[in-house]
Amino acid sequence: MKKFLAICMAAMMAFGAVGCSSSTEGTTETTETTETTEGEETSEATGEEILIGGLAPLTGSVAVYGTTATNGAKLAFAEINANGGILGGSQIKYEVLDEKGDATEAVNAYNKLSSMDMVALLGDITSKPTAAVAEMAASENMPMITPTGTAADITTYGPNVFRVCFLDPTQGKTMATFASETLGATKVAVIHNTSDDYSDGIANAFKEEAAALGMEVVADEGYGNDDVDFRAQLTTIAQSGAEVLLIPDYYGKIALIASQAKEVGVTATLMGGDGWDGVATALDESSYDVVEGAFFCNHYSTMSEDEKVQNFIASYKETYNEEPSAFAALAYDAAYILANAIDAAGSTDKQAIIDAIAATDYDGITGHMTFDENGDPVKTISIIQMQNGAYSLYGTVEP
Amino acid sequence: MDALLQFLRQLINGLQSGSIYALVALGYTMVYGIVKLINFAHGDIIMIGAYCALFFITLLSGAGLPVWLCVIPAMVFCALLGMLCERVAYRPLRHSPRISSLITAIGISLLLQNGAQLIFSPNPQSVPKIFSAEALTFGSFSISLGAIITIVVSIAIMAGLQTFVKGTRMGKAMRAVSEDDGASKLVGINVNSTIQLTFAIGSALAAIGSVLYISAYPQVQPTMGSLLGLKAFVAAVLGGIGIIPGAMIGGLIMGIFESLTKAYISSQLSDAVVFGILIIVLLVKPSGILGKNTKEKV
Repeated sequence: MKKFLAICMAAMMAFGAVGCSSSTEGTTETTETTETTEGEETSEATGEEILIGGLAPLTGSVAVYGTTATNGAKLAFAEINANGGILGGSQIKYEVLDEKGDATEAVNAYNKLSSMDMVALLGDITSKPTAAVAEMAASENMPMITPTGTAADITTYGPNVFRVCFLDPTQGKTMATFASETLGATKVAVIHNTSDDYSDGIANAFKEEAAALGMEVVADEGYGNDDVDFRAQLTTIAQSGAEVLLIPDYYGKIALIASQAKEVGVTATLMGGDGWDGVATALDESSYDVVEGAFFCNHYSTMSEDEKVQNFIASYKETYNEEPSAFAALAYDAAYILANAIDAAGSTDKQAIIDAIAATDYDGITGHMTFDENGDPVKTISIIQMQNGAYSLYGTVEP
Repeated sequence: MDALLQFLRQLINGLQSGSIYALVALGYTMVYGIVKLINFAHGDIIMIGAYCALFFITLLSGAGLPVWLCVIPAMVFCALLGMLCERVAYRPLRHSPRISSLITAIGISLLLQNGAQLIFSPNPQSVPKIFSAEALTFGSFSISLGAIITIVVSIAIMAGLQTFVKGTRMGKAMRAVSEDDGASKLVGINVNSTIQLTFAIGSALAAIGSVLYISAYPQVQPTMGSLLGLKAFVAAVLGGIGIIPGAMIGGLIMGIFESLTKAYISSQLSDAVVFGILIIVLLVKPSGILGKNTKEKV
């Protein structure tokens, strides 16, 4: 009887909990507001709030990018507000709307933010919705910084659009230069995912730059999205005498390709772009040797000895209880650049803010950066080397 | 000489992936042979087998035992799962129109796939090495141990299965049921348990396939079975569905052509070439390479 009662109680509690969570979900469904300084807000001088809009996929298939980036930006704004805000004491209110990774949702969310009188936009996160929003923002001359939209066309919509991350072609170029100048390679090979823009973008830029630097592309192999067997292509590459093999893809695929490369006897140094970040999580400890000594370029290194980087990592860990991804670091930098620019502009006038962003000269977590005439960053790129499953900082490349 | 070595290497690559296709195709072919059902859930049974193997690999390596022993619990688990699917989903529909069973098979496939996503998360999980990375070397030519084991195991299994079906009482019962289940019942064969045995064997073979698969591609994820299942199904059709040596031949042909296309024509055209071969074979011989033309009885 007691047991039965206990089960009933447990069931009721479970239902109760579900009821609670669903009702709170209702209120936060699309809007996630951060009032970053709840305690001290009233004590600050002017008390006026400056609204910075945010767009990010907080749900859906790319939610992990959106949430980590939003966390990074929130952390930055909380720090700024705690240090007295901007424009002589105004607090920043950062309002993030969920766009679910969808371009239409993103445009709707942008319109909503725009009607709420936002001063500037921090977002979007993935390339496609970012491009859609950039077009809208350009027509309103709204200051906009995307932390992570890498597609080339995003910053072409207007002088008001900026980005903090480097572009896919930049990564390909950087790795080609690195292969030629630092590794002294003369023969290079590429294996890339032909149905993916990111992989294609890096591979093409790499091949172009390699040819320009006088290196010979001895093998150029492709594969499809769902492929798991790369032995045939890798056997060809192993016989081609390449000293460097570029694998521009995301970490899951890289783990498979690298294991098979080792098996068929590829001895070339492996290389890639920022998709390599996380490759150790996709490999078992017993297989770390397959990526040993591989190089890839990334936005920043958690191993950097820079005090600012270490402080950021420590406070991010303290707040969110996880390692900050490159997305978090980029959004953190974007938030600081935006806040500094509003402060420098001295008002919330849109054109003044845009001019101030364009004049940015900032030392961030992801390196020192200024903006070129397109609004793309001119910044340092970190070269990471895999050592026993850890990502060690090999060096940085200046623009 | 160099070109010849290169060709041999590509041939071995093809034989290795082809052997895995063949093992999986055996499961399709056996089930089709006996109940005329295309068991679309077969690919997902491989996925479950892979997760099961991964679980036991961690246990075995913790206990200091050789990790390839994980194939035994994986086989048992998959055999039970296959029998459960048959009992719950296919047996009640055995005498309904074939399209109903087909839709049910797709439903089971989705159920397993999405269930696995819920339980194991959609992220790929890495698998420790199962066979040591050593290679057999003959001069400048080397074959990895994994490739040899894969090829030998699948050929041995095919031969074993063929003897089982041709030589034993259970095998005879299977063939009888596949010819005419009503008449088999009359001569005293337990049709239900024979069909169940077929599902159990097919699923256990899938488990062996899954262990070979994760030794070659050390990653496990809930959707891994769908493309593998599809290609193995194509292999079964290519060789002549319902015929055991046909599945083997179909699988090996698929693997070898895939590998050679990637190596000598274009790495992006391999699927197009493989499916092109399927279309040509089916145009010339609709029942598959080893298929017999059965005349419709009046």
